[in-house]
Amino acid sequence: MTIKLGVPSKGRLMEKTFDWFGKRGIALRRTGSDREYAGAVSGIDGIELVLLSAGEVPRELAAGRIHLGVTGIDMVREKLATWEDRVSELAAMGFGHADLVIAVPGAWVDVDTLGDLDAVAAAFRRDHGFRLRIATKYHRLVREHLKEAGVADYQLVDSQGATEGTVANLTAEAVADITSTGETLRANHLRILSDGPILRSQATLFKSRAAAWSDENRMRLSNLVKKLGV
Amino acid sequence: MASKADIRAAAARYLDGFTAAGADIVEADILQPAEALLDLYGEDIRARAYVTQDPLRGEQMLRPDFTVPVVQMHMADGAAPARYTYMGEVFRRQETETGRPSEYMQVGYEVFDRDAPEAADAEVFALILNALAPLNVRAVTGDIGILKAAIAGLNTSDRRKAALSRHIWRPRRFRALLDRFGGRTEIPAARAALLTASDPMRTDVPLTGLRTRTQIAERISALQHEASQPPIPEGEMALIDTILELRETAPNVLIALRDIAVDLPELRPSVERMALRLDALAARGIDVDTLEFDAGYGRTALEYYDGFVFGFYAAKRPELPPVATGGRYDALTRVLGQGREIPAVGGVIRPGIALEIAP
Repeated sequence: MTIKLGVPSKGRLMEKTFDWFGKRGIALRRTGSDREYAGAVSGIDGIELVLLSAGEVPRELAAGRIHLGVTGIDMVREKLATWEDRVSELAAMGFGHADLVIAVPGAWVDVDTLGDLDAVAAAFRRDHGFRLRIATKYHRLVREHLKEAGVADYQLVDSQGATEGTVANLTAEAVADITSTGETLRANHLRILSDGPILRSQATLFKSRAAAWSDENRMRLSNLVKKLGV
Repeated sequence: MASKADIRAAAARYLDGFTAAGADIVEADILQPAEALLDLYGEDIRARAYVTQDPLRGEQMLRPDFTVPVVQMHMADGAAPARYTYMGEVFRRQETETGRPSEYMQVGYEVFDRDAPEAADAEVFALILNALAPLNVRAVTGDIGILKAAIAGLNTSDRRKAALSRHIWRPRRFRALLDRFGGRTEIPAARAALLTASDPMRTDVPLTGLRTRTQIAERISALQHEASQPPIPEGEMALIDTILELRETAPNVLIALRDIAVDLPELRPSVERMALRLDALAARGIDVDTLEFDAGYGRTALEYYDGFVFGFYAAKRPELPPVATGGRYDALTRVLGQGREIPAVGGVIRPGIALEIAP
């Protein structure tokens, strides 16, 4: 059996992943028509390309259905409980940089830290009768972070896209989202809290601990690692 | 590991014991509406309970404990004095590899009583202690009421006291606030800039969201007022530190607390309640002279305990979860009582753990 390498199936993440491998002498490419999710690998033997959504890479790695996978650190830590037991990081790839941050309306001049957010959440609950809403798709990471910081009287509301718009739409009071430049947040009149991001993420090559690592595949992996220089 | 049938049989024996002590048997649904639990415990409960979606009834949780449904049932029924017992599974999600089960049996005993809270505390504690008698367990007690009273007695603003009380169950945030109010940490730069700004409300960013300009202005004036307050006196800060570190036999803690109450008179009523409780425990034949008291105990547990708290641990197996836990939750009956309230105290035994350490 060959080593299965899971790579995001479209967009910049796919292109940059192809570039990253290409620079290291391994050519990844899509085959067939534009719409067909099939791929090929050349420059090394025994590696098979699996194209899939970046969000599904953690699950496939954890299940051992792919041996290696490229996705963001944020995806792995959000989706996999005890992620260190299930995957290991082979290489940080130097692109797809993004921070998971908490942002509040820029006009909240009195809120700069999580401590402020906590105080405002208490007052908000008293004034409005419900817990302050934070829109996010990173439920686990945000909840753990806020618990660690001792923030109370908030609730997470699910937002799978256009999260920055939820505050103006009155469906949330704050957001927790991935940002690289902060521009979309600013354009939506939001400001990032000053006490640092919840997580700094970038595209990373992960190795599955659950996949079947036969002697043959171990050889192929060490060959690959040598070639990649990681 | 004991079989499910053995655990169920053991649970039934504990239930019989509680019934013999005068409790009525009650049941609770396994599927509980998530809303009430989330409002009570906050978002953290999602990490510890199984949440599921019902197409008609909305978010539901697999019963993470019995206390909340039992209190809801009791308060809906008129909040008269009563004693209840129950047994059944509770469900706790494990997000890290703890080796602990995510589904286990609990048997509980809850007392709703207005007349003699200290006697009721002693009744629940003694009943559980006696039920566990053949086992080698270590008891730890505490009293959240002591810390609450100490906060109330601080020579500082009501707003600061409210902020501290709100975070009794989050020790890190509590410490950060206490250090700020005591002048032990500096005001953050952004806060200092806000406080010295000629027009603190001034911003180029248009206001979005539900929080109003008035609410922002209110908080700024509260922060200005806060900044004008003198720090909590160093002597009182030291008293709080001393209280938090009290970890001794109950009689020794009582002596220490009586000393502290000389400087912090608001502490007296809760210290006297503790004395009454120790008398009530002694009257039930409990050796209070060796009873362990930890003033910080119960601060990281679920948030509803606000008075006497206790736990029983396997003496030889410190890695196991507690065999039994319990405490007083007067405020919970108020929160769930829709205008009614009644003092209440209760505890649960985990028969699965009890069997694991049975001789």
